[in-house]
Amino acid sequence: MAANPEFINKPEIKFTLDGESMSGYQGETILQVAKRHGKEIPHLCYTESLRPDGNCRACVVEIDGERVLAPSCCRTPTEGMKIQAQSERAVRSQKMVLELLKSDMPEQGKSPYKLDSELDLWADKLKVGVPRFKSRAQPVADLSHPAIAVNLDACIQCTRCVRACRESQMNDVIGYANRGAHSEIVFDIADPMGASSCVGCGECVQACPTGALMPANNVGLQVPDKTVDSTCPYCGVGCLIKYHVKDNKILYTEGRDGFTNHLRLCVKGRYGFNYIDNPLRLTKPLIRREGVAKTTELLDPKDLDSVFREASWEEALNFAANGLKKIRDEKGKKALAGLGSAKGSNEEAYLFQKLVRTGFGSNNVDHCTRLCHASSVVALLECIGSGAVSNPVADVAKAEVIIIIGSNPTVNHPVGATFMKNAAAKGAKIILIDPIKTAISKYATHVLQFRPDTDVALLNSLMHVILEEGLQNDEYIAKYTEGFEVMRGHLKHYSPEYVAPICGIDANTLRDVARLYATSKGSMILWGMGISQHIHGTDNARCLIALALMTGQIGRPGTGLHPLRGQNNVQGASDVGLIPMVYPDYEPVDNPANQAKFEKLWGVKLDPKRGLTTVEMLHAILHHEVFGMFIEGENPAMSDPNQNHARAAMAALEHLVVQDIFLTETAGFADVILPASAFYEKTGTFSNTDRRVQMGRQVVNPPGEAKQDLWIIQEVANRLGCNWNYQGPKDVFNEMRQAMTSIAGMTWERLENEDSLTYPLENIGDPGEPIIFTDGFPTPSGRGKFVPAEYIHADELPDDEYPLVFITGRQLEHWHTGSMTRHSATLDAIEPDPVVSLNPDDLKNLGVAAGELITIESRRGKITAYARSDNAMQKGNVFMAFCYNEANANLLTNDALDPSAKIPEFKFCAVKASAGGMLARRIS
Amino acid sequence: MAVIKITPEQITLKKRKGPKGHAIDLGSVQEVRVLLGSESRQKDLLIEHLHKIQDKYQHLSTKHLVALAHEMNLATAEVFEVASFYHHFDVVKEGQPAPPALTVRVCESLTCDMYGAHDLIHDLEKGLGDGVRVQKVPCVGRCQHAPVAVVGQNPIDHATAESVKTAINNKETTAKITQYLNLAQYKADGGYQTLKSLLDGQIDHESILQKMESSGLRGLGGAGFPAGKKWRIVKGFAGPRLMAVNIDEGEPGTFKDRHYLESDPHRFLEGTVIAALTVGCDEIYVYLRDEYAGCREILTKEIAALQANPPSTEHKLPLIHLRRGAGAYICGEESAMVESIEGKRGMPRLRPPFLAQVGLFGKPTLEHNMETCYWVRDIIEKGPEWFTSYGRNERKGLRSFSVSGRVNKPGVHLAPAGITVRELISEYCGGMLEGHEFYGYFPGGASGGILPASMGDIPLDFDTLNKYGCFIGSAAVVIFSKQDSAKKLALNAMKFFEDESCGQCTPCRVGTAKAAVLMEQAVWDKDLLEELSSVMVDASICGLGQAAPNPLRCVIKYFPDELQ
Repeated sequence: MAANPEFINKPEIKFTLDGESMSGYQGETILQVAKRHGKEIPHLCYTESLRPDGNCRACVVEIDGERVLAPSCCRTPTEGMKIQAQSERAVRSQKMVLELLKSDMPEQGKSPYKLDSELDLWADKLKVGVPRFKSRAQPVADLSHPAIAVNLDACIQCTRCVRACRESQMNDVIGYANRGAHSEIVFDIADPMGASSCVGCGECVQACPTGALMPANNVGLQVPDKTVDSTCPYCGVGCLIKYHVKDNKILYTEGRDGFTNHLRLCVKGRYGFNYIDNPLRLTKPLIRREGVAKTTELLDPKDLDSVFREASWEEALNFAANGLKKIRDEKGKKALAGLGSAKGSNEEAYLFQKLVRTGFGSNNVDHCTRLCHASSVVALLECIGSGAVSNPVADVAKAEVIIIIGSNPTVNHPVGATFMKNAAAKGAKIILIDPIKTAISKYATHVLQFRPDTDVALLNSLMHVILEEGLQNDEYIAKYTEGFEVMRGHLKHYSPEYVAPICGIDANTLRDVARLYATSKGSMILWGMGISQHIHGTDNARCLIALALMTGQIGRPGTGLHPLRGQNNVQGASDVGLIPMVYPDYEPVDNPANQAKFEKLWGVKLDPKRGLTTVEMLHAILHHEVFGMFIEGENPAMSDPNQNHARAAMAALEHLVVQDIFLTETAGFADVILPASAFYEKTGTFSNTDRRVQMGRQVVNPPGEAKQDLWIIQEVANRLGCNWNYQGPKDVFNEMRQAMTSIAGMTWERLENEDSLTYPLENIGDPGEPIIFTDGFPTPSGRGKFVPAEYIHADELPDDEYPLVFITGRQLEHWHTGSMTRHSATLDAIEPDPVVSLNPDDLKNLGVAAGELITIESRRGKITAYARSDNAMQKGNVFMAFCYNEANANLLTNDALDPSAKIPEFKFCAVKASAGGMLARRIS
Repeated sequence: MAVIKITPEQITLKKRKGPKGHAIDLGSVQEVRVLLGSESRQKDLLIEHLHKIQDKYQHLSTKHLVALAHEMNLATAEVFEVASFYHHFDVVKEGQPAPPALTVRVCESLTCDMYGAHDLIHDLEKGLGDGVRVQKVPCVGRCQHAPVAVVGQNPIDHATAESVKTAINNKETTAKITQYLNLAQYKADGGYQTLKSLLDGQIDHESILQKMESSGLRGLGGAGFPAGKKWRIVKGFAGPRLMAVNIDEGEPGTFKDRHYLESDPHRFLEGTVIAALTVGCDEIYVYLRDEYAGCREILTKEIAALQANPPSTEHKLPLIHLRRGAGAYICGEESAMVESIEGKRGMPRLRPPFLAQVGLFGKPTLEHNMETCYWVRDIIEKGPEWFTSYGRNERKGLRSFSVSGRVNKPGVHLAPAGITVRELISEYCGGMLEGHEFYGYFPGGASGGILPASMGDIPLDFDTLNKYGCFIGSAAVVIFSKQDSAKKLALNAMKFFEDESCGQCTPCRVGTAKAAVLMEQAVWDKDLLEELSSVMVDASICGLGQAAPNPLRCVIKYFPDELQ
């Protein structure tokens, strides 16, 4: 995987290449040694990031004493070997291979699809002239995929795409079919790429040397003005990306060799950048026209002019701030609330919470972590004193057992999932515990497709088995934990035999899994929102933490706990205090010492009381406690549960300031809309799921009069009397270092140089700590705490009237509420329609054919979408993503909250389904 | 296999219906489950399982491929790329017509071509009715009976349009089983005594190894690696080890393995088991080409009989797995065969590492041609001297020549190593056919090159032909006369290699195709062909590409008149 494997301190092998003495490290191929010495040998099927295959034969060399030539990409030299890469014989073969391949290129000339085709490059270098052979019969183009053009007339059958798809990303879509001269690259069963199981990760495109696979629409033929190294705006994996830019437009992207992604990207990161070019981008400040009443209906951008008028920045900012100020001054500090964003930078999130705390004067600040991992964080803070992951995702490579629970990583953390699949291919055992048999199940040794809502029972039974069979780590328990005996007593009645009928997994399987987890040399637990989004979400996480504590499966490489973060900066936004109960670095607001610390740093008196959480804010509006809100880059009018209720709350706000890049569903409820910058249009740091702080650099300029978020927040703050003067993200970051011990040693300059640093990094020059809890926990006692959890039911169980369980989640192409991805022409084309997934048998019983409309109804709302037949669903369950405004899943969801974390129960509510219905109009 | 066109609207509709990729049809899954029964779904059985579907439905539909992938937890692409590699599988996509229920395969390789295969094909294509299709296929291993057609699995020797039609009309579509020595008869003849002694510890491994080494027996699949030496090398690698036996007899002109299997299968099995035990191989995989349906029946039956009735009741025999090829010459290449046994496309591996070290399923593997094993018992019982007592022209040992072409008595002739082709024709083959004058010969099948009659006195053995740009290979000698054209036969050979190239490396995949085009020209571009040939020899991954230019180079060298 690494470009040059490290061969440190191993004996060197001496040999000669074209008469020149060279030495290679153990395991290094002739080609690698030659490259290291600046010697060129032509090669096509070899590329550093993939397993060498030796099929193209362009790199053949002559080895003394061998009958035939050898591929230098696969052969390792031995001591004293005499090798010639430039002998007449070797060059004859190298050139002939290039000529044969060139004879089968379109028009027998240069690749018409790629400027820097590697075949053209080598053919030119070796002076291969006009091919002397007739061309093959050429295949026709396949342009069925919105993101990728397939022109196999430029294919040289080098199988780099096959290896990229099968061995790196392990998406298993591309095959090498047929035989001999008929051999061809195929998708599934020689299907058009757009109709195949292709997930659009583009790894094949990045791997293709000749342009047979390229980004669609020939962007690869344009010469970029510049490239910018940055990261990705989507999930928490935090892939590093190189952006190729021309005329202030991103042409295409390329995965960089970062720790988080090793050149890999997913469809969103690679192709989903073009939402910023959508004509619906907001480019001017907007103020609600006087007399236009707010309703609970969503505003269609087509009707924008009838509801909003354009304004100057000065007017809009004054209008925004004055409205907030008026409420603050007349109705009290707690009459305002702010929702910041996990999609913005650390600096933006930091400033936003500072604005609420110092400008509004309360702790009424939250963000979508409340809807994602609030319960995980609460449990982690409670049990082990830190809300962060113990190990990076990539540590799965060092694990023997990988439990994936309540997470659909191939969809939500696609590049992270590739490392899990790679680990499985190398022998790690993946145990998937999920009500849905998600795609990663193909690589799992154990698939526990259990009944939704029974997590606590299932996890308790695993712990029961561990204790019953004496598989716990007594030494670890004694040294690093507290509360174990209470836990032991609590677990007594959770025998697998008792739990099996509850969760639907047989007792033997539960026992197997418990044994595997407890006895492996290293077990990782990765979880997602299937754990957190329940009224017992905190309990679910408590159980996972207890599992790790009782077995000592934490605090070592390949061993630990990893709640997979959903958004690119949900980790960072939480770290910098965009949460109503804590200041930056998770310091509780109700602790006077912390309060004093931040009062000193910020020079303002702070509210000692915890603030309102996301859903509580909406309740508070309807209870006439909150009257004004500032929402930056969040979309509660799509993302919050029980939307009819949420939208009523939004409509009831006296003053709503929305800062966003589109007229989101939420922006339609605003009094003033401030047009902001997209991820690619600004610089800042973003913290990924591994606790890596990464540099996001500005790639293009914001459109029209849209402004960078940091500037907007500061302008609003100053109008609320804050008197800030940050010149840019660096200034903010430097203040953050004073506020947060965890990054105190992290300098902006080092981030600029190294792009990615892991905290804790407390002193300048520290390497950062990818693995934490190696010696106890940051709790008052230094010990991890066992917190027993009893199995309880979801808030709303199915009954005769609403017999099905409704589970929400996401789709690969659409992220969060779709505010970005559905505005990306590419992603929207790949997944255009609202679909709801059911088991084929359920569909049959309902009399709905796959692809027909189906209506789903809960006690709170009703939607109609296309019925997708999916064998991964168990009977009685219905799944839907919440990104479709024409069929918003959150119209159905239940706003019951977890008592500790205030996270809503997105993963479980009762619904009924019926055939047909009317698809609502999409607003976009 | 062209990509079927689909409109954007169809794609949108498809996305509404289900997850990406092909929908899993539960009915097809059920059908596949019935066919697979309780057999393992392990990955390496993919080709075996594809056969079950092909046998039952006469083709592989998309639905069944998807269902099989689902059932075996494989990607559809993995199943498709394997199915499409092997020519005995008919993949039928949605909307395409299924092939007729009955296939008549007509061999078009060297000897059959000389005997009018193409006229036969022409006649048959004129009409066998809707329920029958005619396929041109490479050598089916019955060259002494040329021309040959195979109706279903029933080979028709000396086929005529009439005899083929008769077989079709009479529904004679299964393989005929020859008379052979069964287990009881073989045992009555003294068979399995040596194996029993070995099992019971009365013979030690070292003495067997020494006998094998002294015999000078060399691998009879074509490469000629000394068998005893190979045993010792494999034994030198730490276990667990495996054994793989190659009966993918596909070299045009070769039919000796079939001959021995159809007459004395247990002699082969005994030798194989002795080899496995001596070297310490835990399991034996026998890879049999799909064309040999009769042999498959014999082996299936006799392996079961042997395992039910082992020579020693106290000592277990290694497990013997019989694996079925699926129509791919390249799987006669040892590493391609190993890939195929693993359920993959038969693409040769790069060496090093060699199979002896990293072979089947990554384990040290003893790989042998069937006939090599066949002689083991005789060498042990009669002593290595028995084997070395044969030979001519200073060569030692015996060779099973598969002789075909323009001679009176084609067939398998067991003759001394080092015999010349002229001696072979006159002493063993009853001379040339009447009206045919000896003009040239392929000494080692399609890949071993072509020599003119003027070079008919060269001893035929390993090593002796190298300096002439030829090799004996599997000892498939195809004799042709002045009524034939070396140039045409060379083109036949090149087209065969083009069809059979696995498609992995450029020199072979592209080289064979380009060479065939050049050779179809009235006037050959000799310089370009020679340049291409030298690169194919130098830079191809395996023996197929490296040997493919032999016939054309021989024509340029030895039959210059034909190029005038």
